[in-house]
Amino acid sequence: MNLILNPTLDEAPPLRTHRGIVTSHDFLTTPPAAAMMQEGLDDGPDFLSEEDRGPRAVNVDLQTDATLQVDISDALSERDKVKFTVHTKSTLPNFKQNEFSVVRQHEEFIWLHDSFVENEEYAGYIIPPAPPRPDFDASREKLQKLGEGEGSMTKEEFTKMKQELEAEYLAIFKKTVAMHEVFLCRVAAHPVLRKDLNFHVFLEYNQDLSVRGKNKREKMEDFFKNVVKSADGVLVAGVKDVDDFFEHEKTFLLEYHNRVKDASAKSDRMIRSHKSAADDINRIASTLYTLGTQDSTDVCKFFLKVSELFEKTRKIEARVAADEDLKLADLLKYYLRESQAAKDLLYRRGRALVDYENANKALDKARAKNKDVLQAETSQQVCCQKFEKISESAKQELIDFKTRRVAAFRKNLVELAELELKHAKGNLQLLQSCLGVLKGDT
Amino acid sequence: MAAEMEPPPLGNAGETDFRELEDGEDLFVSTVTTLEYPEPSSPEPASLPAEDISINSNGPKQKDVSFDDDPEDLFAEATEEVSLDSPEREPILSDGPSPAITPVTPTTMLTPRMDLGAADMFERSLDEIEEDNNGDTFDIHIAVSDPEKVGDGMNAYMGYKVTTKTSMTIFNKNETTVRRRFSDFLGLHSKLASKYLHIGYIVPPAPEKSIVGMTKVKVGKEDLSSAEFVEKRRSALERYLMRTVKHPVLLKDPDVIMFLESSELPRAVSTQALSGAGILRMVNKAADAVNKMTIKMNESDAWFEEKHQQFENLDLQLRKLHASVESLVCHRKELSVNTASFAKSAAMLGNSEDHTALSRALSQLAEVEEKIDRLHQDQAYADFYLFSELLGDYVRLITAVKSVFDQRMKTWSKWQDTQLLLQKKRESEAKLQFANKPDKLQQAKDEIKEEIEELEGKVEQGEKDFELISKTIRKEVSRFEKERVKDFKAVIIKYLESLVQTQQQLIKYWEAFLPEAKAIA
Repeated sequence: MNLILNPTLDEAPPLRTHRGIVTSHDFLTTPPAAAMMQEGLDDGPDFLSEEDRGPRAVNVDLQTDATLQVDISDALSERDKVKFTVHTKSTLPNFKQNEFSVVRQHEEFIWLHDSFVENEEYAGYIIPPAPPRPDFDASREKLQKLGEGEGSMTKEEFTKMKQELEAEYLAIFKKTVAMHEVFLCRVAAHPVLRKDLNFHVFLEYNQDLSVRGKNKREKMEDFFKNVVKSADGVLVAGVKDVDDFFEHEKTFLLEYHNRVKDASAKSDRMIRSHKSAADDINRIASTLYTLGTQDSTDVCKFFLKVSELFEKTRKIEARVAADEDLKLADLLKYYLRESQAAKDLLYRRGRALVDYENANKALDKARAKNKDVLQAETSQQVCCQKFEKISESAKQELIDFKTRRVAAFRKNLVELAELELKHAKGNLQLLQSCLGVLKGDT
Repeated sequence: MAAEMEPPPLGNAGETDFRELEDGEDLFVSTVTTLEYPEPSSPEPASLPAEDISINSNGPKQKDVSFDDDPEDLFAEATEEVSLDSPEREPILSDGPSPAITPVTPTTMLTPRMDLGAADMFERSLDEIEEDNNGDTFDIHIAVSDPEKVGDGMNAYMGYKVTTKTSMTIFNKNETTVRRRFSDFLGLHSKLASKYLHIGYIVPPAPEKSIVGMTKVKVGKEDLSSAEFVEKRRSALERYLMRTVKHPVLLKDPDVIMFLESSELPRAVSTQALSGAGILRMVNKAADAVNKMTIKMNESDAWFEEKHQQFENLDLQLRKLHASVESLVCHRKELSVNTASFAKSAAMLGNSEDHTALSRALSQLAEVEEKIDRLHQDQAYADFYLFSELLGDYVRLITAVKSVFDQRMKTWSKWQDTQLLLQKKRESEAKLQFANKPDKLQQAKDEIKEEIEELEGKVEQGEKDFELISKTIRKEVSRFEKERVKDFKAVIIKYLESLVQTQQQLIKYWEAFLPEAKAIA
């Protein structure tokens, strides 16, 4: 653990999210207008509650065990840091209380994850993938640009766009909260990892863990380590495994990982196009509105009605894109990370196997030369134990991984289909009722 | 022409007057003749003002002129107003060779006086005017089809089949088919524009030239974009022709009829961009633009001011809307492409998934996404052909409307200039009176008198032209507005229907997928 005092943060309009309730402030220089945000998100409640209903259930299928329940009950976004309130409920004796909360930041999650990875004891487990860094840069940039371009558009357009951007910001925020929570829940559900001391410190220690992010030198070290590791990984992967199960898993995971990566990228692109199309419909709606108010002929009614219609359908289209993002894109992204973690496990096992085989060879050589035999024997024993331990747990982990994966995909695909249907039906109803009114008019 | 103008027969005055209208379809023909334009037909200068009354009640309406021949009969109930006006008008009537365009009087004074019967007749007159010569209803359908490449290399061109189906008697046959090329359409438009634009008719603009598009086609690139280009052009040409024939005056124009019927058409070379005529056009356009800035018109008629402003606003908004819709089309096409590539990716993922049920579900997902991608593509086409092209057409149409307004300004300016000249001549005449050169005086006086007379005539003519164009524009604008309302309503409904269909298909696809997803064990 690196001990460095955290620098104080600037006071900036914070964003909070509390289970099911959203209160937030304006990000631009205008005074906090929580009400406005609330309005802009009045379609939000559905979206929010769906997510709130258990983000951990979104991506992974876990049995929530009464002995240890972890969740993120609150989160605060300040400037460029996000503070998560980790809330634990436990009946385990290790903890001083039965229920307690601490505030953690992203770096502390990473620290926890890395401590697992570096721990030799856990070599045989799939380490739950670390949550991605909260990235509000793109959103913040857009908000800034919007603030600058305020003069060039009408008041309604400006308010509308601001609301959209704020909703986007909020969505990213909620996602990052969900991903951090999933990480913790996976750890809590894992029979071995949940007992980890660092994990308990993470959950309980109510002072700042004072984990600083890696400095440049450490990042460079990490980079080189990764290079070496991937080179080694290729070497290790080349070694044919005696065990059919693992051999199959190796080839499967490699291919699967690549395809998930591809699918994840493509789904992202698709969803982005969807969002752009929804934005266009928004602009069309406002221009139609202007046309409708200006026009003095019969057709003005048409324009106004269609403008209203497009406003509503656009919201639905945006929701479709958001749901697709949640159920499909996020799912794929998560399994991209998990399959990488599984690949890492296989790599560690492969490494152990290579070490074991090398130790065997060394032992044979030592026996042949009759020199340092004991040393070689002990080292071989160690390697053998290590390898077998990893193999045993790895097998179970990989089977669990498959089960989790199938369950997660099933849940998400079903939910995706149901949501698509719900939105399409909603859209259809709006369109048909509008058509009815317009046809009746002519 | 005016000499032939007979007083409307007595009896059911309203009825007969309108019958005149039926015969004399081209109401402005006589006006046109005074402007020295070769006039094909010679209808009687019918009681054109009657239409104005019935069409819309915006602004002042002109009380019918030729009716004044026998005002009492028709407007027995409205004698007051008519008698007030007619004495003023009589002198002008007798003077001018054309149906005098007299200062308008508000209809509102008249209409309450007229009983329901007369009002009805006015309404009917509108329809009848829109009808064909010999009592045919407006029944004509033009289709542009079968684009075929003719020739090779850079001299190649696209030939289109133009089929006209009609029961109207101005055409020789009920169904005619001819082959035309793009420059023929442009030639038609330029002829119509030169004939009608300066007297205030809104001539529908022809589709735009596209050097890039055509070059691709000429070079023979058989790809998707050139096929799309040809289809876009074909559709635009069809809309252009339909719009042109919907205009009751243009429909009767011999050039239009010849275009639709005759098998051979003289090549319209003047439409080429780099021809002499093309360059002349460009010079004229520049001159017009300069003139527009320098003419400061004294607008006495609030209606025109208002309408002008309205059209400016409409233009602005339509352009914005057009841009947004084009962007939507672009993004939908992009969405379709991305969905297709995602579908492929999902299929691959399904292949590599070793859990059989999940693998099958993923393949199903891939199929659904593929169908959806095609759906998006179709929707993009609908967006484009229904919505975007209509908006583009109207943006161009409004440019034509604005140019008609400009023509009015030019006419006004000409009139004012002549008036100024007249004034100057009068001043110099007055000066001559006080000059003391007896021998030259008489000759100069005579000359000046002649010039003054000539100018007076010109001023009158200028005023008449101005009034005429103002009236024509009013009529045209109201017709345009009606068409616009009809067009937009129809297109909006069709577009919404296409959206409905898309959603219904989406529902079908996802409903088929749902059980597959649930079946993952």
